[in-house]
Amino acid sequence: MSLLDKQFSDDNIVITKVDDLLNWSRLSSLWQVGFGLACCAIEMMATSASHYDFDRFGVIPRPSPRQSDVIIISGTVTLKMATRIKRLYEQMPDPKYVISMGSCSNCGGPYWEHGYHVLKGVDRVIPVDVYVPGCPPRPEALLEGLLKLQEKIRNESLVKKNS
Amino acid sequence: MKTTEDIFEILKTNFGESILELISTQPIEKYIRINNFEIDKVCLFLKDNEDLLFDNLMNLSGVDDANGKKTLSANGTQIISGGTLSVFYHIESTKYRHKLVLKTSAEREKPDIASVSKIWRHANWHEREAFDLLGINFLNHPDLRRILMPYDWEAGFPLRKDYENPEFYLGMKVPY
Amino acid sequence: MALKTEEMILNMGPQHPSTHGVLRLELELEGEIIVGAKPHIGYLHRCFEKHCEAMNYSQVIPYTDRMDYLASMYNEFGYVTAVEKLLGIQVPERVEYIRVIMGEFQRIASHLVAIGTYGLDIGAMTPFLYCFRDREKILSLFEQTCGARLLYNYIWVGGLSHDLHPDFIHQAKEFIKYFRPKIKELNDLLTKNKIFIDRTANVGILPLDLAINYGISGPNLRASGFKWDIRKDDPYSVYHKFDFDIPIGQGAMGTVGDCWDRYYMRVLEMEESLKIIEQAIEQIPEGDVTSAIPKRIKPAVGQVYSRVENPRGELGYFIISDGTVNPFRVKVKGPSFVHLGIMNELLKGYMIADVIAILGSIDIVLGEVDR
Repeated sequence: MSLLDKQFSDDNIVITKVDDLLNWSRLSSLWQVGFGLACCAIEMMATSASHYDFDRFGVIPRPSPRQSDVIIISGTVTLKMATRIKRLYEQMPDPKYVISMGSCSNCGGPYWEHGYHVLKGVDRVIPVDVYVPGCPPRPEALLEGLLKLQEKIRNESLVKKNS
Repeated sequence: MKTTEDIFEILKTNFGESILELISTQPIEKYIRINNFEIDKVCLFLKDNEDLLFDNLMNLSGVDDANGKKTLSANGTQIISGGTLSVFYHIESTKYRHKLVLKTSAEREKPDIASVSKIWRHANWHEREAFDLLGINFLNHPDLRRILMPYDWEAGFPLRKDYENPEFYLGMKVPY
Repeated sequence: MALKTEEMILNMGPQHPSTHGVLRLELELEGEIIVGAKPHIGYLHRCFEKHCEAMNYSQVIPYTDRMDYLASMYNEFGYVTAVEKLLGIQVPERVEYIRVIMGEFQRIASHLVAIGTYGLDIGAMTPFLYCFRDREKILSLFEQTCGARLLYNYIWVGGLSHDLHPDFIHQAKEFIKYFRPKIKELNDLLTKNKIFIDRTANVGILPLDLAINYGISGPNLRASGFKWDIRKDDPYSVYHKFDFDIPIGQGAMGTVGDCWDRYYMRVLEMEESLKIIEQAIEQIPEGDVTSAIPKRIKPAVGQVYSRVENPRGELGYFIISDGTVNPFRVKVKGPSFVHLGIMNELLKGYMIADVIAILGSIDIVLGEVDR
């Protein structure tokens, strides 16, 4: 606020589209579910820690899915966990987004062939917005994935498609 | 510090017929084969005997020996009938620093093995794992349930060599 | 007449910020007192042992990385030690030295995560940020050596995938110089923090006899006052050449074997690891690191159980060979799997707010619990 603080003599009006305002506010404070699954969760933690600092994109972990906007599926989804992930996703309020982080949650990763207890891709249970490849993806890759998600949100519209 | 041969002699004098044989043909590890219903008594003796004091169970692993008759079913999958399932016990004494390997086998069709979970407490989970993945039934185990696989998993025991993965679990497709 | 009360069941996890992954604890409560705890595991069961039976010996190494993902180097180290025993081969001395250096760096990195997240669990955010800052420096050393930050596939049977970077020794020395004062900083920040001591001292006391009977190993066992370290007591690789101490729990802030002791073991062990690395980079011989890698790994029929001291405790591999290129059976004894089994005994009688403090002090990694 420091640049704007006390810079104007009168009240001001900014004219913008509702779409732009909503999208801007949505994309700049994407709260994620504080939830890690496997190896990728460590890279996710590294991303939110001091060196990479997820916070500068407005991403902070929330312990509850009911207060979150984005869920990062960070690691191998097993059959036992898949039903729980679905339930977590269903508890999140709309609009909600999913980032699938790492090969395991994209497609089963190294466990695709003999993994009798691994779900081959989290998109078999919940819809995914952004896939981040890598095993595990570097923190930079996750940040790139987040930027892609922000780009997607920026182009959303409230207008009915068929009107 | 005692060698496997010494311990084999001690066990033979105390338990006689339940101690089956000493296998020393393998290059690295020797092991003693023990009757599957007497293994708990032998283990208790090994733990409590003043000269042995095997107080630490390092590892307990179930193994599918796959030594039965192998046939092919109609859809081309392998079925093993007969043969044995085995459990290996790796134990050591933190006082005397000696180690010992025990093996016990049970029939594949009726894999009953006496539980040692009352002797070394963490054997509880190792035995649950062997039950979960190989279907070995541990007698007198306090809480023999699946541990890694879901509780409602019905497709069998995944680490058996003739295991076939199901097509669907709770409506989710399992194969790639 | 006393009121009839009923026990309440509280589910913790699988999605809980402090379960360090996907663990579910079923807590039985009487008011705020815990009367029983049932861990439910398997939410990350990735079929490691089935994969081993389907792969050949060297293809298994990347999967061992993914078990205990905070200590990947050490998982590889343990696995290749077991396979080398099975094959009966000797590896060049330089390879063993590099393995030890990498293993000890990995131990520091793993303990930094353990300490950082432990602070985070019981309400101290800053140590987490400090620890991850220092951990990044170790990860960049690893990255420079083998190209990966987390899962390395660096230690191979009979050798290593790459030799050290020419600048590695210099940078490792720089890191040691940088990191020694940071441990002191960490002590000032967290170890001697009054609030931290109040939360952890005299909580979750683990008596020694119970610990041995439950197969506890590593820092958790040493915190209970037993000097037992496989690096010294059943030496492997070149650990017998180094001079280092094994810290044990003294009960400095409370009782021997409480949460604070378990936490402090890790701080002390980081210093010992620095000592080992210092000696190793002084003594490291020249040589080729790839010359002893066998072209084809096909051990004779046989079996081996081999164990190493992983940052969390005793990591054992039991490998049976049937004389083919694939292992017949690989069973992993993961320390976290064993440690989690004691939760019921350890939690009984404590308050519900202590659950996180006790669970965090055990330092489990779910990838290894479930495999």
